[in-house]
Amino acid sequence: MFNKILIANRGEIALRIIRTCKEMGIKTVAIYSTADRDSLHVRFADEAVCIGPAPSAQSYLNIPAIISVAELTNADAIHPGYGFLSENAKFARICTEHGIKFIGPTEEHINKMGDKATARKTMIANGVPITPGTDGLLDSVEDGKREALRIGYPVMLKATAGGGGKGMRIIRNEAEFEHLWNAARQEAAASFANDAVYLEKYIEEPHHIEIQIAGDQYGNVCHLSERDCSIQRRHQKLLEETPSPFMTEELRHKMGEAAIKAAKAIKYEGVGTCEFLVDKHRNFYFMEMNTRIQVEHGITEEVTKLDLVKEQILIASGAKISQRNYYPQAHAIECRINAEDPFNNFRPSPGQITGLHLPGGNGIRVDTHVYTGYKIPSNYDSMIVKVVAVAQTRNEAIDKMRRALDELVIEGIKTTAPLHQQILEDAAFRAGNYTTKFMEDFEIKNPNE
Amino acid sequence: MAQMGLRPKIIYNQHYADKNNELYILKKLNTMANLKEIQDFIRTVSKIGISEVDIQTDDLKLNVKFPAGGNASIPATNEGFQLPAYQMPMLSGMSQQMGTPVQAATTTTTPIEYRSEAKEDEKKYLTIKSPMVGTFYRRPSPDKPIYVNVGDEITKGKVLCVIEAMKLFNEIEAEISGKIVKILVEDGSPVEYDQPLFLVEP
Repeated sequence: MFNKILIANRGEIALRIIRTCKEMGIKTVAIYSTADRDSLHVRFADEAVCIGPAPSAQSYLNIPAIISVAELTNADAIHPGYGFLSENAKFARICTEHGIKFIGPTEEHINKMGDKATARKTMIANGVPITPGTDGLLDSVEDGKREALRIGYPVMLKATAGGGGKGMRIIRNEAEFEHLWNAARQEAAASFANDAVYLEKYIEEPHHIEIQIAGDQYGNVCHLSERDCSIQRRHQKLLEETPSPFMTEELRHKMGEAAIKAAKAIKYEGVGTCEFLVDKHRNFYFMEMNTRIQVEHGITEEVTKLDLVKEQILIASGAKISQRNYYPQAHAIECRINAEDPFNNFRPSPGQITGLHLPGGNGIRVDTHVYTGYKIPSNYDSMIVKVVAVAQTRNEAIDKMRRALDELVIEGIKTTAPLHQQILEDAAFRAGNYTTKFMEDFEIKNPNE
Repeated sequence: MAQMGLRPKIIYNQHYADKNNELYILKKLNTMANLKEIQDFIRTVSKIGISEVDIQTDDLKLNVKFPAGGNASIPATNEGFQLPAYQMPMLSGMSQQMGTPVQAATTTTTPIEYRSEAKEDEKKYLTIKSPMVGTFYRRPSPDKPIYVNVGDEITKGKVLCVIEAMKLFNEIEAEISGKIVKILVEDGSPVEYDQPLFLVEP
């Protein structure tokens, strides 16, 4: 077992990792930028070292500084958390080269899953369904029409150099193909000076459902069921829940097996997540794999009574997993509260928290690094509190979350808590009837108007 | 509670004015007992991992406690931190998170006047801080001369020290000119980003 772990992260996840380390009797080293001097993770760690100025590139992404600290403090492992260097293959390799265990997958695993083309090929080779699409770029409109027939309408024509929704067109039938082909390519040429396009099947109103998996160093993999993360704004998750209201036992079994196949195919080590898109017919398609612990891991923990950070550390130190799968024994919902103003286009609201009351009581878990008097730095992401509600049934979990958010007080800054309260009141949400389109259509009621 | 930084840095950095304390106490000790013997003794004891030492002689009463759990900051194998023995656990007075406070040898007077004097002068000096994490060295290599001493005049661009990280030695140049008033870090000790290294009178 490790003697000392360096946490290469900040905020709530750094604190989360330190807590489990303390429980396991493992010493902790925190790293921090000058902007995080007063951060909670710095105070809770056994040792803390300032590694750079506020900008992430010079601090939390500063590989030489982090490795330096690990050597100076004799840390034998590094936990990268999520974001920052957690899926940086180079960092994983450098840790290994310096005799420091990177708590996560290997450089190879990260590379295999990080490159979308390689990941898709691996999935195809192992019989894991992926979003059907062309194998490369399209040569001509005839090529496109042929591929579209093969894939099946509706299809999405996408610019290879694209982003931000530009150079994309949904094509619903052959009749409109040529006209939309021209429009998409013109837009792509204008926006990216590259009009090359390819096709993917357009999955209508998908559900974003991900499967948590864990693999040990011996080739064993198990799954820990799903999380529904369809409530997203601009591809940022706002609220997650498990079990998914859209799930059936059969679908969970199929998706679980697919996720295990995917992980076994690359001999995945560590805790990871396979993200899928699920259409209204409950066909599921592999989207991508995240080779790290996720923000929303807490809801899986609450319904399986496991500590996923502990599992990461155990796996990294050579423990074998149990090889059984884990299923939700209760219902859990998480709300990610950000320091943003939901009534003003989600403008970030850094500043000082002048008053704070966190909810508690039966079935409520709060993960946060903030405290009264804490100044939220403007250099990092805006998530400040994660509230999780657990109950026997989904309705009770919703009631608990409503109660908890009513109780939550954060003064001095604006937060997205009021938005979550509105989401929980929404009829479609309460019925469990939502897809990734939910937030697009959701009307945020501004109480100031 | 300033539980920040690597322990040796805390011990030193917390009260560099304690240097005056130290000197005073050591002067006293010198007259009473063989200082070298005491230094060696403490150094040996720290390496073994003993948690407390109590000495009583006719002229000297010495009690030294080490942090609980052994040598978190004083590695038994002597890798990691290098601290001059007399400075090690003896005079920090800083309690660590769960460790026991370290106690100084007994003397009859506390030289508080030294401490406040040092703090007064401090205000008009500029501080040169470390631009990176690593190990601070006062010479380019053990056989070469020291870069700067207290009292030296420095100009912008002069190399003051090297900080080693991942086997690479980085020369740290002065960004200001003036006279070195104090060197705040011991040769060979770890430093963090922004840690004060030199006090300079501009």
